[in-house]
Amino acid sequence: MAKKRRTFRLFNRRIDIGLITIILFLTGFGLFMMLPLVFLVSTAFKPIEELFIYPPSFFVKNPTMQNFRDLLISQSASSIPFTRYLFNSLLVSIVSVGFTVIIGSLASYPLSKHKFPGRNFIFSGIIVSLMFAPEVVEIPRYLIVTSLGLMDTYGALILPNLAFPIGLFLMKQFLEQVPDEVFEAGKIDGASEWTLFYKIALPLIRPAWATVIILSFTAIWNDASSSALFTQSDEMKTLPYYLSTISGQAANAAAGAAGLGIARAGANAAATFLMTVPTVFIFILFQRQVLSTMAYSGIKS
Amino acid sequence: MAIRLRAVGREMWKWRISYLFLSPFILLFALFIVLPTLTSLGLSFTYYNILEPPKWSGWSNYKLLITDDDVFITALKNTLYFALVTGPLGYCLAFLFAWMIHQIPAKARTYYTTVFYVPSLTSGVAMAVVWLIVFANDSNGYLNSFLMQFGFINEPIQWITDVKKIMPVIITISLWMSLGTGFLAFLAGFETINTELYDAGKVDGIRSRFQELWYITIPSMKPQLLFGAVLAIVGSFKVGEVSMAVAGFPSPLYAGHTIILHLHDYAVLRYEMGYAAAISVVLFILIYGLGRICFKVFASKGEL
Repeated sequence: MAKKRRTFRLFNRRIDIGLITIILFLTGFGLFMMLPLVFLVSTAFKPIEELFIYPPSFFVKNPTMQNFRDLLISQSASSIPFTRYLFNSLLVSIVSVGFTVIIGSLASYPLSKHKFPGRNFIFSGIIVSLMFAPEVVEIPRYLIVTSLGLMDTYGALILPNLAFPIGLFLMKQFLEQVPDEVFEAGKIDGASEWTLFYKIALPLIRPAWATVIILSFTAIWNDASSSALFTQSDEMKTLPYYLSTISGQAANAAAGAAGLGIARAGANAAATFLMTVPTVFIFILFQRQVLSTMAYSGIKS
Repeated sequence: MAIRLRAVGREMWKWRISYLFLSPFILLFALFIVLPTLTSLGLSFTYYNILEPPKWSGWSNYKLLITDDDVFITALKNTLYFALVTGPLGYCLAFLFAWMIHQIPAKARTYYTTVFYVPSLTSGVAMAVVWLIVFANDSNGYLNSFLMQFGFINEPIQWITDVKKIMPVIITISLWMSLGTGFLAFLAGFETINTELYDAGKVDGIRSRFQELWYITIPSMKPQLLFGAVLAIVGSFKVGEVSMAVAGFPSPLYAGHTIILHLHDYAVLRYEMGYAAAISVVLFILIYGLGRICFKVFASKGEL
């Protein structure tokens, strides 16, 4: 039976009115959603005069790199250069994401392909921990980090992130849709479990890595509280922590005296811009694989 | 009994490689997720200030929390207000936008997906710099300036100091950031639905996009819908960071105070760890309880 959607003919082609409405709506709303990011980029490139003009200009007129230059040479009260925070953030995020992927891949293989005792117990534990929020257990985590002697080290910023339940869950679901015969064939050929994992499972889960990388990188890269809790010295702090201290000051300033919040907005916007670029870049890089993993994200209860 | 134990032991020994593969994850999982949760539970029944060892205090933290702490009640109300608006609304928006993006030609989908997903990649703390300009209290604020130029208002609105405006501002910002992992799961879920189902639906008299959505798409996407719901609940109950960054800490008259911020206040600023642990247990129970309800809802429908 032919489609009975409302269509009309234009240049001999069927035009779907519903589809056009959807595209127009998505485009309009998408542009609206982009506004805060446009303001961010615009503010980051604004010269100081433009930050103060009235009425405020939404878009930058004479873009300048001055804010970025200020940021890179600026030093906090304890003479820690901005680049140190950037370095810490990059180091912590990259090492954490790397190990998260390795540890998660290792765990996803037996969890989806082996029928060992306790498997269901472990898996339901992981399902429950999808509801886990690190923010809720800040104190005990602080106590554990202290008692392990990790306080004020990179280990304190990295280790607590490595067990990433959402990541393991996605990889396990992804591997589960691979037919068991693939592995049984390998077993008959006399391959060891390690070979099966390394030669068969690992290449198969690789698309799922993209999703795990994006989700864990975003979470760790934007996490200000680990740095606040687990490190004391200024040279161990990360970028989001640094931004949270200045934005806190800005919020109180904005509430107190008008204009004070705007005064530092240029440099802050430049820092935020630098912080947003890597996550967006990684997402665009991996987008295709992400959708193919997320297709298996469902929880079958 | 002993024989059964030995059988289980032999079975476990047979799968020793599986446990070896799992061990790094399980070790870290136990150390940084299970142990902290249990410690919270234990500490919530004690008085503990870090300097002295914890002292058992029974239910007193919980009693104090519920009967004597007005600020906690404010935080609870704000969190529930926030979660009940942002959770369902953000969830529905994520589904709606994912659905609409799925309707458009595949080539254009990538661009639209990026546009709608990017806000959730930003850091709530870092974006405060933009929100403080957009929602600034004086006429220099973008929103005030915009509304005044078009004659909607004559006086600037105190977006981030007016006690009645703080929560709506935080909700708006959070909704902007809410098209996250759930949104991606929905988007991918649409792509897995067997297209034959749609053809069969047409034969059965399904005519519009909306009928298709209601009768075919939603029932086939229950697993993804559950996954999205669980993440939406956690996301909406751990609100706090955005409030702190935009409205300051503490916010005027605690108007933007949430459970997470109350927890932070007692844990990090007052060193009352036992009391803070009780707050975290309450929050955990709220999240877990709602999560269980979601599991029930999606499971029971699945049997139909």
